[in-house]
Amino acid sequence: MHTTLEELDMQAKQILAKFGDNNISIKERTTIPLQEMPAQDPAVRITNMEEVALGYSENQVKVEAMRCLQCKNKPCIQGCPVGIDIPSFIKKAAEGDFAGANAKIKESSLLPSICGRVCPQENQCQKYCTVGKMKKDVEQSVAIGRIERYVADYSREHNLDVVPSVKASTKKKVAIVGTGPASVAAAADVRREGHTVVMFEALHKAGGVLVYGIPEFRLPKKLVEREIDGLVDMGIEINKNYLVGKTRTLDDLRDKDGFDAVFVGAGAGLPKFMNIPGENLIGVFSANEYLTRSNLMKAYDQKHSLTPLFNSEKVAIFGGGNVAMDAARTAKRLGAKEVTIIYRRSEAELPARKEEVHHAKEEGINFLVLHQPHEIIGDENGFVKGVKVVTCELGEPDASGRRRPVEIEGTEQVLDFDTVVVSIGNASNPLLKQTTDGLEVNKRGNIIVNEETCETSIEGVFAGGDIVLGAATVILAMGQGRKAAKAINEYLSKK
Amino acid sequence: MNEILYKEKLSSEVFKMIVHAPRIAEARKPGQFIILQLGGDYNERLPLTIADADPEKGTITLIFQAVGESTHHLALLNVGDYIENLLGPLGTPTEIGKYGKVVCVGGGIGVAPMHPIAKALKELGNEVKIIMGARTKDLFVMKEEMEAIADELILTTDDGSAGRKALVTEPLKELCETWKPDLVVAIGPPIMMKFCALTTKPYNVHTIVSLNTIMIDGTGMCGGCRVSVGGETKFVCVDGPEFDGHKVDWDNMLMRLGTYKPQEKENHHRCHIGLHIEEGEA
Ligand SMILES: Cc1cc2nc3c(=O)[nH]c(=O)nc-3n(C[C@H](O)[C@H](O)[C@H](O)COP(=O)(O)OP(=O)(O)OC[C@H]3O[C@@H](n4cnc5c(N)ncnc54)[C@H](O)[C@@H]3O)c2cc1C
Ligand SMILES: Cc1cc2nc3c(=O)[nH]c(=O)nc-3n(C[C@H](O)[C@H](O)[C@H](O)COP(=O)(O)OP(=O)(O)OC[C@H]3O[C@@H](n4cnc5c(N)ncnc54)[C@H](O)[C@@H]3O)c2cc1C
Ligand code: SF4
Ligand code: FES
Repeated sequence: MHTTLEELDMQAKQILAKFGDNNISIKERTTIPLQEMPAQDPAVRITNMEEVALGYSENQVKVEAMRCLQCKNKPCIQGCPVGIDIPSFIKKAAEGDFAGANAKIKESSLLPSICGRVCPQENQCQKYCTVGKMKKDVEQSVAIGRIERYVADYSREHNLDVVPSVKASTKKKVAIVGTGPASVAAAADVRREGHTVVMFEALHKAGGVLVYGIPEFRLPKKLVEREIDGLVDMGIEINKNYLVGKTRTLDDLRDKDGFDAVFVGAGAGLPKFMNIPGENLIGVFSANEYLTRSNLMKAYDQKHSLTPLFNSEKVAIFGGGNVAMDAARTAKRLGAKEVTIIYRRSEAELPARKEEVHHAKEEGINFLVLHQPHEIIGDENGFVKGVKVVTCELGEPDASGRRRPVEIEGTEQVLDFDTVVVSIGNASNPLLKQTTDGLEVNKRGNIIVNEETCETSIEGVFAGGDIVLGAATVILAMGQGRKAAKAINEYLSKK
Repeated sequence: MNEILYKEKLSSEVFKMIVHAPRIAEARKPGQFIILQLGGDYNERLPLTIADADPEKGTITLIFQAVGESTHHLALLNVGDYIENLLGPLGTPTEIGKYGKVVCVGGGIGVAPMHPIAKALKELGNEVKIIMGARTKDLFVMKEEMEAIADELILTTDDGSAGRKALVTEPLKELCETWKPDLVVAIGPPIMMKFCALTTKPYNVHTIVSLNTIMIDGTGMCGGCRVSVGGETKFVCVDGPEFDGHKVDWDNMLMRLGTYKPQEKENHHRCHIGLHIEEGEA
């Protein structure tokens, strides 16, 4: 049963009427029910690209904030990669001081309206929350992310975000490669110190995975644009359509263009394939291509977009992570009748966030777990017509601690599909390594950095985000960007 | 940035544009390409070869055929207009060296990307023979420029309106037999490149082709441009666009080019209505 925003708001209103002024005992706080996130009705939302989660109402956010016990030892903070003072901002939210709450978050995190939407809180702050621990269910923890989202949206909508102040010009120049979250964070913190900051982005829009990967229905692109505009307001120059390594090498940026330091936030951005027969048939896409067509090129809007879409009826998604959920839910919205996630372990091991799996199921996505694709079968014209899968069972735990999928002999079968989206993650794009002398990377192609400073093997060149961590998260990328910015500012002060 | 400084209609459906793009002009090498996007949320990303560049003036030359909606939109721009997004140079440059005797085969619009390569090969002291093929006389582009480079220029047309009435593979086969080239470079429609590669195979002449697969980002991020070369999957935008023609899986590459055929036909029809171009003209 779908509960509407109005119904949820009404329930919250009743709770507020009961507890009124936030002056209640801990015991009473623990009796307040978790506030559910209002969402578009699944039957409706699969026909549009608009955001699924609608955000709390004012009553709901106040109620949810009242669930926080204001623990003295603040366990939630240790789960936050950037150390946001969580109880303090929640307290302000409970008191209705939303702008103050937002300002508190902004002391530690730059992009609350984005992180509130896409952070895997259940593995971070909410994992450590006392309320969740008491109820022995992490899903019962204070919904820190939802509160964060509300206060950030409130501040944006009421124009209460302040442009960070920038110190007097130091006449030093810093180049930032990429415009994803790592780069955004690094750029802002370096600019604050008065350095000239120029960002370089290969694509025709800035924002990295936030614009080309994560779908509109999870992260509206106007929010990303707004954050990028904020950088421009701080006096940061953004050069789009500029591929460092091709348009100009990283060495040239330093030697010819006089940049005193460089931050590389180039992201992961190299799609992995399964290396099974049939992967080059028509109708097989990497998740990056599939999502880029829809998000960056707006192909979901076929009335306006010139980028064509492949006509799909039955779509198979290989993989079980967040990227796979995004691809599956996108396929549904692009008109596929049937979308099936094929994953080799069991449902319990799905690496995707629970919430995303839940949303996917609500939207009618099928889950074929414990199956491994062996081959993609094509018709005589080279179009996909099926996928050969084999059934698996779970064996001993592997290096990752998850139980290894073991194929069961004699269980091969061919299932009908006309489209396959390979969503098994990204490796590092090798371009910068290939075009920069002395830039050291590890076996997986990730740039090696000093953990304290994010400095690479080249003096004055720093790196962070997915290009260092491998495919990670927005908040970890941002955290590294900030760390690198601190080191860059120190490096430049000595130069 | 990216102002269109010159525009010329080379034939009924082929256009030449000189665009201000100093950084690309400085960095580019023969064989490389750009990707452009005409601004806004909805325009497609369009790959085009850099046919020529002048680093001093900071310009690059693009030669393109209006085959579908995006190329038509580009053709509508005029001198003084801007190309909002222009990314490059992309791809791995041609390996220009001293090979000895080289045959360059340019089919249709493929002559444009061939030009800088033939020029560079000639400048390095290779003997260069050029075969240019087109459906009909009016569709030849850059004939004078190629004439200036070539030790011998052979023209072929499908209808016999100029040069020999033949496909390019006919003179190519003869040259393989009589002249014994050390290298063949073939650029043109995929089907032409496929047959050029098949023609040179028995003579064991190393044959370079330039693949024009469907692309989006052009930076190695999407894998949409992938082809199978010598049994390995390669990304044309970063590993290519040039490959050993004898190793390319042509049937797969040709198939993949047809991925969006039904949609493109419909859009093309739509843009003919919008642009007042006669059906059949482009
Ligand atoms: C589909 C999908 C869904 C995801 N969902 C979530 C989620 O829900 N929550 C979460 O926390 N994380 C999620 N992630 C992961 C998260 O998006 C990344 O960890 C994060 O964006 C990494 O940030 P970054 O700044 O390192 O790089 P990116 O965001 O990858 O940005 C890198 C940018 O650099 C540009 N670039 C690369 N090379 C060059 C060059 N040589 N010159 C110029 N520019 C260059 C690229 O074009 C790109 O714009 C998701 C990822 C994907 C793909
Ligand atoms: C590396 C590279 C370099 C290129 N250089 C040039 C160039 O210098 N000059 C030039 O005119 N074109 C060049 N092309 C081809 C050009 O990009 C396509 O013609 C263009 O994308 C078609 O877009 P459209 O929207 O106008 O047509 P669409 O509506 O997309 O297609 C119309 C017709 O063209 C065919 N087509 C689509 N894409 C391609 C393609 N990539 N190659 C061949 N046929 C295609 C379609 O099958 C269809 O029949 C190059 C392509 C690549 C990948
Ligand atoms: S752990 Fe939970 S209850 Fe305690 S302060 Fe943090 S959010 Fe509040
Ligand atoms: S065009 Fe996307 S990887 Fe080549």
